[in-house]
Amino acid sequence: MGHLRGKLLPPALAIVFSMLLCGVALVISGANPLNAFGAMVSQVGKGTTLVDIINSTGIYYIAALAVAIGFQMNLFNIGVEGQYRVAAVIAAVVGGSIALPPGIHTLVIIIAAALAGAAWAAIPAILKVTRGVNEVISTIMMNGLAIGLSAYLIRRDVFGELRGNNIRTAEIPESGWMPGISFGGGGTMFGFIFVAIALGVGYWIMMNRTRFGFELRASGESSTAASAGGVNAKKMVLVSMLLSGAIAGLISLPELLGRDHTFSLNFTAGIGFSGIAIALLGRNHPGGIAFGALLWAFLDKSGLALDNVGVPREIVTIMQGSIVLSVVVAYEVVRRVELAAEQRRVGRELGTVGGAA
Amino acid sequence: MITTMEEKPHVPAAPRKRKVPGWAVAMIGVAGAIALLSITSMQTGFPQLTSSGTTQTAVRLMLPILLAGLGGLWAERAGVVNIGLEGMMIMGTWGAAWAGYQWGPWAALVAAVVFGSLGGLLHAIATVTFGVNHIVSGVAINLLGAGLTKYLSTLLFQPLSNNPRQSPPVQPFDTYSAAGLADWLGELEAGQRLFISDVAGILRGLVTGVSPLMLLTILLVPLSYYLLWRTRFGLRLRSVGENPHAADSLGVKVYFHKYVAVIVSGGLAGLGGAALVLNPGQLSYLEGQTGGRGFIGLAAMIFGNWRPGGLLGGAALFGYADGLQLRSGGETVLALVYGVVLLLGVIVVWQLIRRKWFSAAAAIVVAVLLYLLYISLDEIPGEFVSYAPHMVTLAVLAVASQRLRMPAADGLVYRRG
Repeated sequence: MGHLRGKLLPPALAIVFSMLLCGVALVISGANPLNAFGAMVSQVGKGTTLVDIINSTGIYYIAALAVAIGFQMNLFNIGVEGQYRVAAVIAAVVGGSIALPPGIHTLVIIIAAALAGAAWAAIPAILKVTRGVNEVISTIMMNGLAIGLSAYLIRRDVFGELRGNNIRTAEIPESGWMPGISFGGGGTMFGFIFVAIALGVGYWIMMNRTRFGFELRASGESSTAASAGGVNAKKMVLVSMLLSGAIAGLISLPELLGRDHTFSLNFTAGIGFSGIAIALLGRNHPGGIAFGALLWAFLDKSGLALDNVGVPREIVTIMQGSIVLSVVVAYEVVRRVELAAEQRRVGRELGTVGGAA
Repeated sequence: MITTMEEKPHVPAAPRKRKVPGWAVAMIGVAGAIALLSITSMQTGFPQLTSSGTTQTAVRLMLPILLAGLGGLWAERAGVVNIGLEGMMIMGTWGAAWAGYQWGPWAALVAAVVFGSLGGLLHAIATVTFGVNHIVSGVAINLLGAGLTKYLSTLLFQPLSNNPRQSPPVQPFDTYSAAGLADWLGELEAGQRLFISDVAGILRGLVTGVSPLMLLTILLVPLSYYLLWRTRFGLRLRSVGENPHAADSLGVKVYFHKYVAVIVSGGLAGLGGAALVLNPGQLSYLEGQTGGRGFIGLAAMIFGNWRPGGLLGGAALFGYADGLQLRSGGETVLALVYGVVLLLGVIVVWQLIRRKWFSAAAAIVVAVLLYLLYISLDEIPGEFVSYAPHMVTLAVLAVASQRLRMPAADGLVYRRG
């Protein structure tokens, strides 16, 4: 039980702390925090909000999984943001320029997106393995380049076309769409949500039931011990980075295949960074990540209700930021307390109380 | 952290081999760069490469990058990686606009520093006191900085500007020009004589429309160098970044120095935000205004090998590429590619003299590829020019990552034992 408490207490504390913090901020700016939180909760039942939350959860879930694979071995793939952007534009271009039977067409788009994401992640991976370049810096640079590349690819003299006021790629024909589940007035749930769930299950199996997952976790716990045990560190970096990039490539597909069918200037940016926050919140555990993604999606979508009660909805972004910062602090504090308790316990059992810590 | 300890004979940065002082190397570098640009502009027929207008724009675009880079330098010299520069810069832009529209530009600078420092303080609390991973904390601060400013600008700016993403206009600094000197340089520049006109153009750009913020920023580079490398405080601060345990055993207050470094880092990044807000073309807070410049500052710092002089060079290069694109479009930037080919030619000759056959061959291959690029394209797409810093940084890291020397304990969590 104590084990579970150590895992659940920090996020709970972080959420309560962040709610208090935002409550204080609301009081200072002259609003009633209870009104605001009440409006957010009651928003869930209105219109398409519930389905929107589920859709958004799926997208965040994929993003956080992509980040978590790297985190498992202390590899910071900050580049998920760029990987899914490049993958989105390439998937849209591929999907819009070919004609295949339904099903196969969708599959080709999915594969193109995964390959594009992996290819974009391969550059920092290769730089790290061959030249020892820190992946944090190189992936940040790749994020910048991804914005440039996607802007270039949707130029009208490249793959783009002008529709109204918006520049976008050619629309994917209907054979490439992925059907969703319609709830009538309640909105349409993306079919890709089921892929997201499958990815979560696959992630759990890979981490806990395969040799690769074991080696990945071992490298994260102690890279020296892992390499002494025969784990090829370079291969691990390369494979996990490519895998992370491939999953990152899928992030934009729920929207691309289920709603937008084209890559345009209205592209939803910033999911990669949210994915980092969610992976931290969920401690790289598939269940924890699902909870984190749900929380993020709830804050995003219910926050729209705040405008009705006269509160800027950006308060939820502050809340997200403070949740992630306080949760990492809370995890660290709990880890230190447990470490000290462990040392005391060992000290007691060895009969040298007072010597330890 | 990754650098090998063994002494390699061909490492040029080894201090014992160094006969030429640093400032002389810098002077030679500047002269070489101007000569290169001068020859390039003559060969390609683009006098804009060294015009005063380009220089002026380049300097303005350089300031935020330079300030963010200095922020990164301070933090990383004390061993704290600061990915949160971007978030601190965003907070700086908000603070500058908020104070700027009410009390003028000087208040804007102060508020920007205060807001940036608050971000730095948060980073220090998380990383130094609580031992949170530096990257994680930095990412969180970027999220938080963006959220906080969005909230505050909806709350405070929207009633005044009717736009939640923009502040009311900010009063700019008065700018100063050395009128007589600039006119004389203008005549020289118009003469289109090789080298003389180019130097005159660049100098004229530097003495026209100078704002106090510009002077302050440029002064901060030697000041940072002096404080970090020539004072007792700086020695202690750097020792904390190299080996905190050894520093601690000698009685250096590790936590204190890390705190100071990270707070200063945030303040500098905030000042970089103020430089964006007070840029004559903009003069207000705009959402998304920083556009990743905090990260480019970090890139400039890496380009400069964690040294203030190199950082200035990196920031100038990145600012110049951006300014050139903004003033005269992708064709002139393509001319710059020609310049790089020339530079590679010089490097090839140098490597051949030193009998480094492999490096020479590699340089020849790259030069040929770039030349083919130059003759096959009409212009560099603008989408890519803005990201030239990113490409240059990746190239530098790929080629020279073994020669770069970051502080030994950079990014490691230290706990008082």
